Amino acid sequence: MPYLPNIVFFLALTFGIGYFIKNVRKLLRNIKLGKRDFPKDNPSQRLKNMLMVALGQSKMTVRPVAGILHIIVYLGFIIINIEVLEIIIDGLFGTHRVFSFLGSAYNFLIASFEVLAFLVIVAVVIFWIRRNIIKLRRFLSPEMKGWPKRDADVILYIEVVLMLLFLTMNAADNQLQLLEVEHYTKAGLFPVSSFLLPLFEGLSAESVIIVERLAWWLHIIGILCFLNYLYFSKHLHILLAFPNTYYASLKPKGAFKNLESVTQEVRLMMDPSANPYAAADENMAPPEKFGASDVMDLSKVQLLNAYSCTECGRCTSECPANITGKKLSPRKIMMDTRDRLEEVGKSLDVNKGVIQDDGKQLLGDYISEEELWACTSCNACVEACPISIDPLGIIMSMRQYLVMEKSQAPTELNVMMGNIENNGAPWPYNQMDRLNWTEE
Amino acid sequence: MGESIKVATMAQMFAEGKTPEVLFWVGCAGSFDDRAKKITKAFVKILQKAKVNFAVLGTEESCSGDPAKRSGNEFLFQMQAVTNIEVMNAYGIKNIVTTCPHCFNTLKNEYPGLGGDYQVVHHTQFINSLLKEGRISLEGGGYKGKRITYHDACYLGRANGVYEAPRQLIEKLDAELVEMKSCKTRGLCCGAGGAQMFKEPEKGNKDVNIERTEEALAAKPEIIAAACPFCNTMMTDGIKNKEKEAVVKVMDIAELIAKAGDL
Repeated sequence: MPYLPNIVFFLALTFGIGYFIKNVRKLLRNIKLGKRDFPKDNPSQRLKNMLMVALGQSKMTVRPVAGILHIIVYLGFIIINIEVLEIIIDGLFGTHRVFSFLGSAYNFLIASFEVLAFLVIVAVVIFWIRRNIIKLRRFLSPEMKGWPKRDADVILYIEVVLMLLFLTMNAADNQLQLLEVEHYTKAGLFPVSSFLLPLFEGLSAESVIIVERLAWWLHIIGILCFLNYLYFSKHLHILLAFPNTYYASLKPKGAFKNLESVTQEVRLMMDPSANPYAAADENMAPPEKFGASDVMDLSKVQLLNAYSCTECGRCTSECPANITGKKLSPRKIMMDTRDRLEEVGKSLDVNKGVIQDDGKQLLGDYISEEELWACTSCNACVEACPISIDPLGIIMSMRQYLVMEKSQAPTELNVMMGNIENNGAPWPYNQMDRLNWTEE
Repeated sequence: MGESIKVATMAQMFAEGKTPEVLFWVGCAGSFDDRAKKITKAFVKILQKAKVNFAVLGTEESCSGDPAKRSGNEFLFQMQAVTNIEVMNAYGIKNIVTTCPHCFNTLKNEYPGLGGDYQVVHHTQFINSLLKEGRISLEGGGYKGKRITYHDACYLGRANGVYEAPRQLIEKLDAELVEMKSCKTRGLCCGAGGAQMFKEPEKGNKDVNIERTEEALAAKPEIIAAACPFCNTMMTDGIKNKEKEAVVKVMDIAELIAKAGDL
């Protein structure tokens, strides 16, 4: 069976990519549970934002240390993925370094992959130290306990292992090239992995081939596993950061959306020719629910936001409420939204696509009123997010539900709103006294 | 105190067949809050000095709806907005200036969708253009070399990207502008936004205005400049809490300019 490795490789690739696509479909189905379609206006500005913020990482370097380290890992993963293409072709057709016909350009590519791989290892080690030894405050918030903390560490471990396998594979390949073993034709330049060559001293060609094959297979299978890990992890941001920045709001941050369902009602109330005794139009749909108590009430963009969040906590560390010890954490708002959406998604899987009331909702079971009422709507979280997630929009939607559907505002706010209604100011002053300051 | 200020209302102007170049939207704080009224008066002095043909809505003005909207009461917000828009559209208003970043943001960003399209500017932007056009001038005014730190109002800064207009004015005073640890895009909220002004804060270990006041004091300023009546209240309370009111003053940019121009 000379073709056995090729067949095994083909099956692994098909299964790895197939399972990933299956989960991506699930993800899209869940996001589509949201209201309002994705915005289609101003595609050129949106594309520009995506290129700047996601591809160009423009918001990452606001914090230089984490920003630069992140850019190294990011570039490393994007560029080293060119190598994955070669690995796939080699795997399918049994070739050895199929791109080596590029000559010196190939040598340059392989050399830069190696340097990047080394830098990625350094960056990832520093990331691990920041999380586990320095213990930066934003990585230790209550919402990070358990799985989110483990998830973050697992991602770092996988990245180190993949990079080490990549370098080992190159080193063994290099050794076999030096031994002039058949099939291993001279190709590539190995500035980093050549330091590993002494490890193979005294080993027979057969043993080195075993090491090379093992590293090669583990590397590509590791990549396929990592690809499939994404769906179950916060690490999805490496893909979703792109659509997320594309669909981010183009308006000034202070512009909150006006609810159309409310506008209709207000217009009707203000219309002097409206007949107050008119029977309701039977064809008219009942008014939409005001605000959000569960994920299905949020917009598709907000649900995409939730899946895109990588729990870096920059939002939370800039949040005035969180800084001063309140329960609110914008990151937790995003994590809760995602976790609840996943829960709804799982129930869709079980119930064959039909939404069943499980007696739970985002409000109360995940996000408490105390968190919602701690927000100052200052937009620090929105500004801080490196991929333009908007936790504030979700907080406001849920406040709308509490106030307009449940009349559950804090008492003082009810007093304030009563004042506005009665005398056009948040305080109990008469509107007729608005000019008194000119006389004082 | 005591001297009455002559300010034209839109109704008066309309009756006389006149159109002002700009409507001064005073806002609830500017109309009713004792501290904010001083800011209103300072700004009016600047307008009058620059011979700006302006008017106010007076008793026809009503809350912009910002605190209602941020509380989640979209209904009340839109009722307020639609009422205000009807009044302003009836007068054919095109240009608005306001001393409150909350009114500024709401009128500028949230009224257009409900039929109210106006050119809205904040008073720090307006004063800047008055200076550029040479309609007012500043001569020294006793701020030379004074350490002034500027507290970014969220609804002016992050919400609308206005960071430079207030700073340019401070620099025109020949004062030494010192920045706090977090400023501009990363400016820390005073704690009043999102209708927090009207409620007790949620449980925590510190009030937001105290945190911000500590940041301000760390910059060792003689004056904390604000550009929002609510920030002004919060920072003033913070300074009182720290018992620093004898050494650090909280002043609106309009007050600084009015004093410097010896108005």
